[in-house]
Amino acid sequence: MTTVFSEEGQAIPVTVIAAGPCTVTQLRTIERDGYRAVQLGFEDYPTPRRREGGNVPRGRAGHRAKGQPNRPTRVRFEKIGIPPKRVLQEFALTGEKDVAVRMEIKVADLFKVGDRVKVQGTSKGRGFAGVIRRHHFHGQPASHGSKIHRKPASIGDTNPARVIKGKRMPGHMGNEKVTVRNLQVVEVDAERNLLLVRGAVPGARGGLLRIERD
Amino acid sequence: MTVLSIIEEKQMKTEGIPVFGPGDTVRVHVKVIEGGKERVQAFEGVVIKRRGSGTGETFTVRRVTNGVGVERTFLLHSPRIDRIEVRRRGKVRRARLFYLRDRIGSKTTRIKDASRR
Repeated sequence: MTTVFSEEGQAIPVTVIAAGPCTVTQLRTIERDGYRAVQLGFEDYPTPRRREGGNVPRGRAGHRAKGQPNRPTRVRFEKIGIPPKRVLQEFALTGEKDVAVRMEIKVADLFKVGDRVKVQGTSKGRGFAGVIRRHHFHGQPASHGSKIHRKPASIGDTNPARVIKGKRMPGHMGNEKVTVRNLQVVEVDAERNLLLVRGAVPGARGGLLRIERD
Repeated sequence: MTVLSIIEEKQMKTEGIPVFGPGDTVRVHVKVIEGGKERVQAFEGVVIKRRGSGTGETFTVRRVTNGVGVERTFLLHSPRIDRIEVRRRGKVRRARLFYLRDRIGSKTTRIKDASRR
Protein backbone atom coordinates (compact mmCIF):
# COMPACT_ATOMS: atom_id res chain seq x y z
CA MET A 1 0.00 0.00 0.00
CA THR A 2 0.99 3.59 -0.44
CA THR A 3 -0.40 7.10 -0.19
CA VAL A 4 -1.62 9.36 -2.96
CA PHE A 5 -3.01 12.86 -2.67
CA SER A 6 -6.40 13.93 -3.95
CA GLU A 7 -6.98 17.20 -5.72
CA GLU A 8 -8.15 18.75 -2.46
CA GLY A 9 -4.87 17.71 -0.91
CA GLN A 10 -6.22 14.83 1.10
CA ALA A 11 -4.02 11.80 1.64
CA ILE A 12 -5.69 8.63 0.38
CA PRO A 13 -4.41 5.18 1.35
CA VAL A 14 -4.31 3.03 -1.78
CA THR A 15 -3.35 -0.44 -2.91
CA VAL A 16 -1.61 -0.69 -6.26
CA ILE A 17 -2.84 -3.69 -8.25
CA ALA A 18 -1.24 -5.00 -11.42
CA ALA A 19 -4.54 -5.72 -13.15
CA GLY A 20 -4.16 -7.59 -16.37
CA PRO A 21 -3.95 -7.57 -19.28
CA CYS A 22 -6.22 -10.60 -19.55
CA THR A 23 -7.07 -12.62 -22.62
CA VAL A 24 -10.44 -14.19 -23.36
CA THR A 25 -9.75 -17.92 -23.47
CA GLN A 26 -13.26 -19.31 -23.76
CA LEU A 27 -16.87 -18.26 -24.02
CA ARG A 28 -19.72 -19.98 -22.22
CA THR A 29 -22.93 -19.87 -24.18
CA ILE A 30 -26.50 -20.69 -23.27
CA GLU A 31 -26.75 -23.19 -26.12
CA ARG A 32 -23.77 -25.22 -25.07
CA ASP A 33 -23.29 -24.53 -21.35
CA GLY A 34 -26.63 -23.23 -20.18
CA TYR A 35 -25.21 -19.91 -19.01
CA ARG A 36 -23.25 -16.98 -20.33
CA ALA A 37 -19.77 -16.16 -19.16
CA VAL A 38 -16.29 -15.30 -20.29
CA GLN A 39 -13.21 -17.14 -19.21
CA LEU A 40 -10.24 -14.87 -18.79
CA GLY A 41 -6.60 -15.94 -18.68
CA PHE A 42 -3.96 -13.97 -16.81
CA GLU A 43 -0.17 -14.11 -16.71
CA ASP A 44 2.06 -16.05 -19.10
CA TYR A 45 4.42 -18.83 -18.16
CA PRO A 46 8.07 -17.84 -18.37
CA THR A 47 9.76 -18.73 -21.64
CA PRO A 48 11.95 -21.76 -20.99
CA ARG A 49 15.06 -19.89 -22.05
CA ARG A 50 14.38 -17.02 -19.69
CA ARG A 51 13.83 -19.31 -16.74
CA GLU A 52 16.42 -18.45 -14.15
CA GLY A 53 17.69 -20.54 -11.30
CA GLY A 54 16.82 -19.77 -7.73
CA ASN A 55 13.67 -18.33 -6.30
CA VAL A 56 12.16 -15.04 -7.22
CA PRO A 57 11.60 -13.19 -3.93
CA ARG A 58 8.07 -13.38 -2.63
CA GLY A 59 6.08 -10.24 -2.90
CA ARG A 60 7.54 -9.26 -6.22
CA ALA A 61 5.33 -9.29 -9.23
CA GLY A 62 6.08 -12.53 -10.98
CA HIS A 63 7.25 -14.50 -7.99
CA ARG A 64 5.01 -17.25 -9.28
CA ALA A 65 6.97 -17.19 -12.51
CA LYS A 66 8.42 -20.63 -12.53
CA GLY A 67 7.35 -23.96 -13.88
CA GLN A 68 5.95 -24.85 -17.24
CA PRO A 69 2.48 -25.82 -18.41
CA ASN A 70 1.76 -29.52 -18.67
CA ARG A 71 0.83 -31.05 -21.99
CA PRO A 72 -2.98 -30.82 -21.72
CA THR A 73 -2.70 -27.13 -20.85
CA ARG A 74 -0.24 -26.49 -23.64
CA VAL A 75 -2.32 -28.25 -26.28
CA ARG A 76 -5.46 -26.49 -25.17
CA PHE A 77 -3.86 -23.10 -25.60
CA GLU A 78 -2.28 -24.11 -28.90
CA LYS A 79 -5.77 -24.75 -30.20
CA ILE A 80 -6.89 -21.31 -29.07
CA GLY A 81 -3.77 -19.86 -30.61
CA ILE A 82 -2.41 -17.89 -27.65
CA PRO A 83 0.45 -18.53 -25.21
CA PRO A 84 -0.65 -20.56 -22.16
CA LYS A 85 -1.97 -18.59 -19.19
CA ARG A 86 -1.37 -19.48 -15.55
CA VAL A 87 -4.63 -18.30 -14.11
CA LEU A 88 -8.09 -18.88 -15.53
CA GLN A 89 -11.22 -17.33 -14.09
CA GLU A 90 -14.79 -17.19 -15.30
CA PHE A 91 -16.85 -14.03 -15.13
CA ALA A 92 -20.59 -13.84 -15.69
CA LEU A 93 -21.75 -11.97 -18.79
CA THR A 94 -24.78 -9.77 -18.56
CA GLY A 95 -26.32 -7.93 -21.46
CA GLU A 96 -24.92 -7.71 -24.94
CA LYS A 97 -21.20 -7.38 -24.92
CA ASP A 98 -18.76 -7.55 -27.71
CA VAL A 99 -16.37 -10.28 -26.65
CA ALA A 100 -14.57 -12.93 -28.61
CA VAL A 101 -11.94 -15.53 -27.88
CA ARG A 102 -8.36 -14.20 -28.07
CA MET A 103 -9.55 -10.69 -27.32
CA GLU A 104 -7.30 -8.83 -24.91
CA ILE A 105 -8.96 -7.05 -22.03
CA LYS A 106 -7.20 -4.26 -20.18
CA VAL A 107 -7.96 -2.40 -16.95
CA ALA A 108 -9.08 0.73 -18.71
CA ASP A 109 -11.70 -1.25 -20.67
CA LEU A 110 -13.50 -2.24 -17.51
CA PHE A 111 -12.84 0.27 -14.77
CA LYS A 112 -12.77 4.00 -14.46
CA VAL A 113 -12.01 6.37 -11.61
CA GLY A 114 -14.81 6.45 -9.05
CA ASP A 115 -16.13 2.96 -9.79
CA ARG A 116 -16.84 0.59 -6.95
CA VAL A 117 -15.22 -2.81 -7.21
CA LYS A 118 -15.32 -6.16 -5.48
CA VAL A 119 -11.94 -7.72 -4.80
CA GLN A 120 -11.38 -11.33 -3.83
CA GLY A 121 -8.15 -12.88 -2.72
CA THR A 122 -6.60 -15.48 -0.46
CA SER A 123 -5.84 -14.06 2.96
CA LYS A 124 -2.44 -14.47 4.58
CA GLY A 125 -2.15 -17.81 6.37
CA ARG A 126 -1.85 -17.52 10.15
CA GLY A 127 -1.44 -21.21 10.92
CA PHE A 128 -3.06 -22.69 14.01
CA ALA A 129 -4.25 -19.65 15.92
CA GLY A 130 -5.68 -19.32 19.41
CA VAL A 131 -9.02 -17.91 20.28
CA ILE A 132 -7.80 -14.39 21.06
CA ARG A 133 -6.10 -13.93 17.72
CA ARG A 134 -8.69 -15.82 15.73
CA HIS A 135 -11.96 -14.64 17.23
CA HIS A 136 -10.90 -11.60 19.26
CA PHE A 137 -11.81 -13.17 22.61
CA HIS A 138 -10.83 -11.12 25.62
CA GLY A 139 -8.77 -13.67 27.52
CA GLN A 140 -8.29 -13.72 31.26
CA PRO A 141 -6.25 -11.65 33.71
CA ALA A 142 -2.49 -11.84 33.38
CA SER A 143 -2.00 -11.72 37.15
CA HIS A 144 -3.93 -11.56 40.47
CA GLY A 145 -3.65 -15.32 40.84
CA SER A 146 -5.19 -16.09 37.52
CA LYS A 147 -4.03 -19.45 36.29
CA ILE A 148 -5.41 -19.18 32.80
CA HIS A 149 -4.57 -16.35 30.41
CA ARG A 150 -5.33 -16.96 26.76
CA LYS A 151 -7.60 -19.98 26.88
CA PRO A 152 -11.18 -20.07 25.61
CA ALA A 153 -12.38 -21.23 29.07
CA SER A 154 -15.92 -22.60 29.24
CA ILE A 155 -17.28 -23.87 25.95
CA GLY A 156 -20.87 -24.41 27.01
CA ASP A 157 -23.50 -25.36 29.57
CA THR A 158 -24.09 -28.65 31.36
CA ASN A 159 -27.64 -28.63 30.09
CA PRO A 160 -27.25 -29.59 26.47
CA ALA A 161 -24.18 -31.51 27.67
CA ARG A 162 -22.62 -31.12 24.26
CA VAL A 163 -20.81 -28.43 22.37
CA ILE A 164 -22.99 -26.32 20.12
CA LYS A 165 -22.10 -26.48 16.44
CA GLY A 166 -20.13 -23.51 15.20
CA LYS A 167 -18.64 -22.81 18.65
CA ARG A 168 -15.66 -20.57 18.09
CA MET A 169 -12.47 -22.38 19.00
CA PRO A 170 -8.78 -22.36 18.18
CA GLY A 171 -7.83 -23.66 14.77
CA HIS A 172 -6.47 -22.80 11.38
CA MET A 173 -6.72 -19.14 10.51
CA GLY A 174 -6.21 -17.32 7.25
CA ASN A 175 -5.32 -18.78 3.85
CA GLU A 176 -8.95 -18.63 2.82
CA LYS A 177 -10.93 -16.73 0.25
CA VAL A 178 -11.80 -13.25 1.45
CA THR A 179 -14.05 -10.79 -0.37
CA VAL A 180 -13.89 -7.05 0.07
CA ARG A 181 -16.69 -5.10 -1.55
CA ASN A 182 -17.31 -1.49 -2.36
CA LEU A 183 -13.70 -0.50 -2.87
CA GLN A 184 -13.32 2.79 -4.68
CA VAL A 185 -11.15 3.04 -7.80
CA VAL A 186 -8.81 5.99 -7.25
CA GLU A 187 -6.73 5.79 -10.40
CA VAL A 188 -6.48 3.71 -13.55
CA ASP A 189 -3.14 3.53 -15.34
CA ALA A 190 -4.03 2.24 -18.80
CA GLU A 191 -0.44 2.23 -19.94
CA ARG A 192 0.94 0.04 -17.17
CA ASN A 193 -2.31 -1.78 -16.50
CA LEU A 194 -2.42 -0.63 -12.91
CA LEU A 195 -5.46 -0.18 -10.74
CA LEU A 196 -5.33 1.97 -7.63
CA VAL A 197 -7.97 1.09 -5.13
CA ARG A 198 -8.76 2.90 -1.89
CA GLY A 199 -7.97 0.83 1.16
CA ALA A 200 -6.56 -2.63 1.76
CA VAL A 201 -7.04 -5.80 -0.20
CA PRO A 202 -6.86 -9.42 1.03
CA GLY A 203 -3.67 -11.44 0.91
CA ALA A 204 0.06 -11.03 0.74
CA ARG A 205 1.98 -8.80 -1.61
CA GLY A 206 2.18 -10.31 -5.04
CA GLY A 207 -0.90 -12.44 -4.33
CA LEU A 208 -3.57 -13.14 -6.91
CA LEU A 209 -6.80 -11.16 -6.90
CA ARG A 210 -10.10 -11.38 -8.69
CA ILE A 211 -11.60 -7.97 -9.39
CA GLU A 212 -15.18 -7.34 -10.47
CA ARG A 213 -17.52 -4.41 -10.68
CA ASP A 214 -19.56 -4.15 -7.55
CA MET B 1 12.15 0.66 -10.70
CA THR B 2 9.28 -0.96 -8.89
CA VAL B 3 5.67 -0.25 -9.70
CA LEU B 4 5.13 1.26 -6.28
CA SER B 5 7.93 3.78 -6.64
CA ILE B 6 6.57 4.94 -10.01
CA ILE B 7 3.22 5.69 -8.41
CA GLU B 8 4.81 7.40 -5.45
CA GLU B 9 7.21 9.53 -7.41
CA LYS B 10 4.38 11.20 -9.29
CA GLN B 11 2.90 12.30 -5.98
CA MET B 12 6.06 13.61 -4.43
CA LYS B 13 7.27 17.17 -4.44
CA THR B 14 10.38 17.62 -6.50
CA GLU B 15 11.27 21.04 -5.20
CA GLY B 16 10.48 23.37 -2.35
CA ILE B 17 11.54 21.03 0.41
CA PRO B 18 14.59 22.38 2.20
CA VAL B 19 17.09 20.16 3.95
CA PHE B 20 16.07 20.03 7.58
CA GLY B 21 16.01 17.63 10.46
CA PRO B 22 15.43 17.25 14.19
CA GLY B 23 16.53 20.27 16.20
CA ASP B 24 15.96 22.76 13.43
CA THR B 25 13.45 25.53 13.93
CA VAL B 26 11.09 25.73 10.96
CA ARG B 27 8.15 27.79 9.87
CA VAL B 28 5.56 25.69 8.04
CA HIS B 29 3.13 27.53 5.80
CA VAL B 30 -0.06 25.49 5.63
CA LYS B 31 -2.99 26.08 3.34
CA VAL B 32 -6.21 26.11 5.31
CA ILE B 33 -9.72 26.29 3.93
CA GLU B 34 -11.95 28.44 6.08
CA GLY B 35 -15.50 29.23 5.10
CA GLY B 36 -14.89 28.38 1.49
CA LYS B 37 -11.82 30.56 1.32
CA GLU B 38 -8.26 29.38 1.20
CA ARG B 39 -5.51 31.11 3.09
CA VAL B 40 -2.04 30.33 4.32
CA GLN B 41 -1.32 29.85 8.00
CA ALA B 42 2.11 29.50 9.53
CA PHE B 43 3.20 27.21 12.32
CA GLU B 44 6.65 27.74 13.77
CA GLY B 45 8.53 25.46 16.11
CA VAL B 46 11.24 22.90 16.62
CA VAL B 47 11.32 19.76 14.50
CA ILE B 48 11.29 16.90 16.99
CA LYS B 49 11.02 13.99 14.60
CA ARG B 50 11.07 12.96 11.00
CA ARG B 51 9.90 9.57 9.87
CA GLY B 52 8.97 7.46 6.88
CA SER B 53 9.87 7.57 3.24
CA GLY B 54 8.13 8.16 -0.04
CA THR B 55 4.77 9.89 -0.10
CA GLY B 56 4.11 8.95 3.52
CA GLU B 57 7.08 10.84 4.99
CA THR B 58 6.11 13.05 7.93
CA PHE B 59 7.73 15.46 10.36
CA THR B 60 6.57 16.76 13.72
CA VAL B 61 6.96 20.36 14.86
CA ARG B 62 6.68 21.36 18.51
CA ARG B 63 6.07 24.78 19.93
CA VAL B 64 4.97 26.10 23.30
CA THR B 65 2.23 28.73 23.29
CA ASN B 66 0.89 30.22 26.52
CA GLY B 67 2.59 27.48 28.47
CA VAL B 68 0.84 24.78 26.46
CA GLY B 69 2.89 22.48 24.28
CA VAL B 70 1.50 22.07 20.79
CA GLU B 71 2.79 19.46 18.38
CA ARG B 72 1.70 19.17 14.80
CA THR B 73 2.63 16.39 12.44
CA PHE B 74 2.73 17.22 8.73
CA LEU B 75 2.92 15.05 5.66
CA LEU B 76 6.08 16.29 3.98
CA HIS B 77 4.71 15.87 0.46
CA SER B 78 1.21 17.07 1.16
CA PRO B 79 -0.05 19.65 -1.32
CA ARG B 80 -1.60 21.46 1.65
CA ILE B 81 1.86 22.52 2.73
CA ASP B 82 2.64 25.69 0.89
CA ARG B 83 6.26 25.97 1.87
CA ILE B 84 8.71 25.21 4.64
CA GLU B 85 11.12 27.82 5.90
CA VAL B 86 14.15 26.92 7.99
CA ARG B 87 14.61 29.62 10.60
CA ARG B 88 17.45 28.21 12.63
CA ARG B 89 19.69 25.18 12.50
CA GLY B 90 19.99 23.31 15.75
CA LYS B 91 22.67 20.97 16.95
CA VAL B 92 21.21 17.89 18.57
CA ARG B 93 22.54 14.47 19.41
CA ARG B 94 19.49 12.36 18.78
CA ALA B 95 16.94 11.79 16.06
CA ARG B 96 13.86 12.03 18.29
CA LEU B 97 13.67 15.03 20.59
CA PHE B 98 10.93 13.68 22.84
CA TYR B 99 12.85 14.81 25.91
CA LEU B 100 11.69 18.34 25.14
CA ARG B 101 8.20 17.34 26.23
CA ASP B 102 9.33 16.84 29.81
CA ARG B 103 11.18 20.13 30.00
CA ILE B 104 9.65 23.37 31.19
CA GLY B 105 10.98 26.86 30.55
CA SER B 106 12.97 28.47 27.82
CA LYS B 107 16.37 27.71 29.32
CA THR B 108 15.95 23.98 29.55
CA THR B 109 14.52 23.56 26.10
CA ARG B 110 17.26 25.54 24.45
CA ILE B 111 18.95 23.88 21.48
CA LYS B 112 22.49 24.77 20.47
CA ASP B 113 22.81 26.71 17.26
CA ALA B 114 24.48 25.03 14.30
CA SER B 115 23.94 27.51 11.54
CA ARG B 116 26.54 26.04 9.25
CA ARG B 117 25.82 22.55 8.12
